[in-house]
Amino acid sequence: MMKNAIYAIKSLFLIELWKGLAVTGKHLFQRKITVQYPEEKTPMSFRFRGLHALRRYPNGEERCIACKLCEAVCPALAIKIDSEAREDGSRRTTRYDIDLTKCIYCGFCEEACPVDAIVETREFEYFGESQADLYYTKDMLLAIGDRMEESIASDRKQDAAYR
Amino acid sequence: MPEWILYLLDFLPEWDWLHVLLIALIKVVAIFIPLVMAVAYLPYAERKIIGYMQIRIGPNRVGPRGWLQPIADALKLILKEIIVPTKSNKYLFIMAPLLAIGPAFAVWSVIPFTDTLVLADINAGLLLVLAMTSIGVYGIIIAGWASNSKYAFLSSMRAAAQIVSYELAMGFALVTVLMAAGTLNLREIVLAQSGGLTDWYLWPLFPMFMVYFISGVAETNRAPFDVAEGESEIVGGFSIEYSGMTFAVFFLAEYANMILIAALTSLMFLGGWMSPFGSASDVMILGDGIHWLLLKTSFMLFFFLWFRATFPRYRYDQIMRLGWKVFIPLTIIWIVVMGVAMFLTPWGYLFH
Repeated sequence: MMKNAIYAIKSLFLIELWKGLAVTGKHLFQRKITVQYPEEKTPMSFRFRGLHALRRYPNGEERCIACKLCEAVCPALAIKIDSEAREDGSRRTTRYDIDLTKCIYCGFCEEACPVDAIVETREFEYFGESQADLYYTKDMLLAIGDRMEESIASDRKQDAAYR
Repeated sequence: MPEWILYLLDFLPEWDWLHVLLIALIKVVAIFIPLVMAVAYLPYAERKIIGYMQIRIGPNRVGPRGWLQPIADALKLILKEIIVPTKSNKYLFIMAPLLAIGPAFAVWSVIPFTDTLVLADINAGLLLVLAMTSIGVYGIIIAGWASNSKYAFLSSMRAAAQIVSYELAMGFALVTVLMAAGTLNLREIVLAQSGGLTDWYLWPLFPMFMVYFISGVAETNRAPFDVAEGESEIVGGFSIEYSGMTFAVFFLAEYANMILIAALTSLMFLGGWMSPFGSASDVMILGDGIHWLLLKTSFMLFFFLWFRATFPRYRYDQIMRLGWKVFIPLTIIWIVVMGVAMFLTPWGYLFH
């Protein structure tokens, strides 16, 4: 009885609705948290999984040993590797392609890699005007690795403590 | 009417009808252009205010602080192709947006902006307002029918039922206003509220003010009564099949109706152009004037946007329940009580 009366009064004077309006009314004057993207950017984790890269050892030798674990683990079947023995007898890739339109950026390839050759970088502002532009070959991936080696290395170093 | 316009008219032939026509035309343009500007900038205000309420900034890229956003939007819509569905009824399909926007603008002919600034100071102004706002629903119904799409059709059915239901409550709420004012002339209704803040009909008719404004929100198909749009259920409502300028016209009609409801609310209940401090003020800006009407209209419009930022969409049967089982009985009882109070008891002065 009492409950019903309170409910009736509440609904008659739109109490709950005014409470709702008060909430949005308060937010109207709050500090806005929008990040103005091209000018401002949010901080990025060292584990960010962006564009892929193939790394080299400091002496210039490429790390990848064509074990094909990344190709095997890739859930989207985005990686394609062919390999052959080089003149000095070591096994190397002749082809290392990643189709970025298939890739889901899960980072499994990076986890599977025994020599830290394939990594995902902080780079995420890239595009392609056609599907073909997003098919990255070994040379392109190595070039990205050369270009971003500094940030890649520092990110791995920060993450090493948690591995 | 400024002197120079009359001076220009001297050069025209001495036909009275031509003068009358030209003066009426100039007045229409003087009302229409600011109205269209307001209708163009209201969506911008809406996006900004709702953005702020969601702790966002809202559009700020086109022009300084996004001030040119409405122009960019209009340009985009003008340049887009108007797609007419193959199996639609083409004449009705093109006509529907015009039917929606026509009445929304026509009502402004009787809206008094100040004591003298009114296009047509007719005695049955309130009746014309009610009639014209009812015609607006035809645009929506015809759009839904002519589109030959089930979603558009469902939406127009919803809109029709909703608008017809809420129009009753709205009309009854206005009956109380005309009982208090004793006239259907909108100018005289405002004049009856002269005196100051305490003389507005807002106070004696407060429940009717709420009923009128909420019905107005439902009447314009705005959130939380926007089931006619219902993007989560019927993918956008009666305007799905419309593109380009035809869609823009529907959009404009919705916002023109919002401004209209806000203006009518301020005329009926908030004393129109009357200053809340009474007309005796010495300071120019605090005295009566069109700026008070604009301010009150903007204030009511803010509520439209505030509602949209706050409330989730009503369920359809709840909308019907609110209209038929709450508002209509409430308004009828209020009319009876008010009539008895005015004519059979000594407390009638409360409503004058």
